[in-house]
Amino acid sequence: MRSLSQEKTIKTTTDIDSLRSEIRDKSVRVIDVRREEDYKQNHIPTAVNLPLANLLSDDSPERVLKIFNSLGIDDETRVVVYDDTFGALASRVAWTLEYIGHSDVSLLETTYSRWKSLGLESETVSPEVQSKQHSLHLKSEILATSDYLEQSKEKKDVVLIDNRERLNYLEQHIPGAISLPYRTLAKNDKILRPKEDMKRLLDNRGISGDSEIITYCGSVGTLSGLAYYALKSVGLPNVKLYVRSFKEWKNLKKPLEKQEDANYWDLSAE
Amino acid sequence: MTVSDLKQPHSNSVKPTINWARIEEADDFAKTVKLYRQGKYDDDSFRRYRLQHGAYGTRMTSDYAMVRIKLPAGEIYPHQLEKIAQLSEQFSIGSAHFSTRENIQLHWVILEDVSEIFRGLAEVGLTSREACGNSVRNVMCSPLSGVCPGEEFDATPYALATAKFFLRNPMAQSLPRKFKFNFTCCEKHGMVRMVDVGLIPQTKEINGTRQKGFKIFLGGGLGNRSFVGHQLEEFTPEEDLIYTSIAVLRIFDRLGDRKNLARNRMRYLVNDMGWDAFQNLVFKERALVRATQSVVTQLDVDCTPSEIRKPIRVTDESGNPNPDGYARWLKTNTEKQKQPGYRSAFITLEAGDITANQLSALGEIVGDYSSEGKARVGFNQNIALRYVSEYDLPRLYSRLLEVGLAKSGSLTMTAPIGCSGTTSCNLALTNSHRLAKEIQRKFLELRLDEDDDLRDSTIKISGCPNSCGQHGIATIGFFGGGGRVGKEMYPNYQMLLGGRSDGETMLGLTCTRIPAKRVIPAILKIIELFKKHKKPNDTLKEWIHRIVNEKEDSEIKSILDLRKIMDQFAIPPTKEDEPDFYSDYGSDTSYHTKTGKGECAA
Repeated sequence: MRSLSQEKTIKTTTDIDSLRSEIRDKSVRVIDVRREEDYKQNHIPTAVNLPLANLLSDDSPERVLKIFNSLGIDDETRVVVYDDTFGALASRVAWTLEYIGHSDVSLLETTYSRWKSLGLESETVSPEVQSKQHSLHLKSEILATSDYLEQSKEKKDVVLIDNRERLNYLEQHIPGAISLPYRTLAKNDKILRPKEDMKRLLDNRGISGDSEIITYCGSVGTLSGLAYYALKSVGLPNVKLYVRSFKEWKNLKKPLEKQEDANYWDLSAE
Repeated sequence: MTVSDLKQPHSNSVKPTINWARIEEADDFAKTVKLYRQGKYDDDSFRRYRLQHGAYGTRMTSDYAMVRIKLPAGEIYPHQLEKIAQLSEQFSIGSAHFSTRENIQLHWVILEDVSEIFRGLAEVGLTSREACGNSVRNVMCSPLSGVCPGEEFDATPYALATAKFFLRNPMAQSLPRKFKFNFTCCEKHGMVRMVDVGLIPQTKEINGTRQKGFKIFLGGGLGNRSFVGHQLEEFTPEEDLIYTSIAVLRIFDRLGDRKNLARNRMRYLVNDMGWDAFQNLVFKERALVRATQSVVTQLDVDCTPSEIRKPIRVTDESGNPNPDGYARWLKTNTEKQKQPGYRSAFITLEAGDITANQLSALGEIVGDYSSEGKARVGFNQNIALRYVSEYDLPRLYSRLLEVGLAKSGSLTMTAPIGCSGTTSCNLALTNSHRLAKEIQRKFLELRLDEDDDLRDSTIKISGCPNSCGQHGIATIGFFGGGGRVGKEMYPNYQMLLGGRSDGETMLGLTCTRIPAKRVIPAILKIIELFKKHKKPNDTLKEWIHRIVNEKEDSEIKSILDLRKIMDQFAIPPTKEDEPDFYSDYGSDTSYHTKTGKGECAA
């Protein structure tokens, strides 16, 4: 049973057709992580609303457990998350659900705008939800903290990935990090590249399954959350999210690295 | 946040007829980078290979590359603009850079990602192959070829055919040094006398029929030492174009200096040998080539005219007058075409930089407003939409305004050229790129783009004596270096005056050194002096031309007279009085020069 659910989690995204049939079968809990006013205008049928800001206002395990309970999610509930921000916000919510010990969660393969542009069904009513009880089994192996990062410096075979834009990376980054801007993760109308594409990209960079991989971004782990799922999508077994990301690292006045002796910002048109 | 990657491609857009790409080169590049990182490839061989594929080194690091995408004859299609927008967000800094040689450059690309860019380019038929290294670089053509009222015929098909012939051609894979072809439309739009091979279309009456051909100039070029090209013969018929090109390339390949990296461009060979001897050699070699080439060796010139679609004629039903700034933009950014009812509209960029969002929007705008359905990249780090119906111009302007691309002054002195300088180049001594932007911002604020006296003048800036910023052919040109007061250094520029690249091509003469933070007041001083001494209907360009040729009769008669006045700008203040003087644009720390190994010579 355990191995089966693990296999399931490897399927990081759900395609549009599968989600529609799951909705018809009433076998899925869909979470819309957009702002409440957007959700109220319309959303994918049966979806419940969990604006990311709401989750982030206090993302302690105890509180998020309560939130997910109130959304009618228990250990066995199949969950699909979507957003309209190229999957980054949805990823952060999906990761949080995984972190409290939920195993059956995936991302919708595309954005809500795309869903709409295809003329697919939507609704404006919020569904009636019966609260459920989820257990709390923290999956600490997918979380990285600043202390953990500092300890990892000594370890070989740890790859730290910065998912911010290239100019931000050049200006400042956590020592030893490599740059993989979040834009690299998507392809056309999909929030993640096809598996083969992503594999090739990582392979070119020398990132393989033997490494422990930690992703981070600017502040709250959204862009790096998407990267977390991009890496999982190609079957990399050991991926962690530094959820407090660069903002915390900088506030803690930890060491930084930068690209010296070049005025790269002046090449930017903005 | 942008979502260009989630956008749908534009429907019914015009597609290119030539595919420049080869997808297998992406795989090969990825493999080679791996071998290099494993130490199985030595530095020199790898560098050669990398440059041959269009990936240039980056300032002070071996982790990053610049990918130079070639646009033969400057042609670019909407879906290609969209693709480059995506690639710049994914693998570069979210901006792209238009060069002076009709390339688009993506900077600060991780070496391991370069092959992914090749892959993306191949999807839209583009390549960076032979954009760097000792090969035939991008074949340029005037952005106005085909629409210029002064041209004899459209040189574009010949430029494309030449690019096609030499790309991946074994005869051009290991030349002594890089080799450049520039085609143009007419004398006025120039740029043919400062390149290895420059070509102007010509026609001649032969036995009662109009025969197409070219005026060909050889051995020109800008660099540490610049030379003006020589005209090969009065008229080179079109069928001799390929033989002449092959002959010149063969001579260069055989006799070019392969040892002395500093003087191995063809212009040095021409200079050392003397023009007459070189010219003779070309004639002899051409006869040989003509006699020995197989019949299948010929240029694939496709003169099928581009389809000009019906203009969209968007009528403005709001009844509003033209948007603010429209008249100024119309005057300083557009040119009438020889085809009645159409104009070419140039987009003003800052030193060639454009954001991914703007590129993507531009792709759509080109599809919507250019009746030929594609755009042409220009000589001046810019891009033009041609065949814009005059009715559509106000609406085009509004669209450009929405995406921040409606700045005026593209065809005037207020759009200076700045090479990449210390933003990414290993050889740069100063931030020439930022200086060009500072000048542009200031001059547009002063509305100098509207001044007809200044319109045909140019400002061009390089960050070092090598001439990527083409300072030698500017009315007012600058190249960077370091100035020193005791132990303190400050960014400094050598100012040259009177350069031009038209029918009267000449290289600018050295005037004096101007510190970076004095460049703007110095140019304004020159304008002030010109206004004081100008003759009726005079232009700044003509006034400076007379001064450098000692033909001016007012009190400033020579460049020496001008130097005496301009020397006031060269005096450095103390660091206590003006600390800012001692740092370059874009930096708040004290200036110091720092360079790495140049790769032009690799």
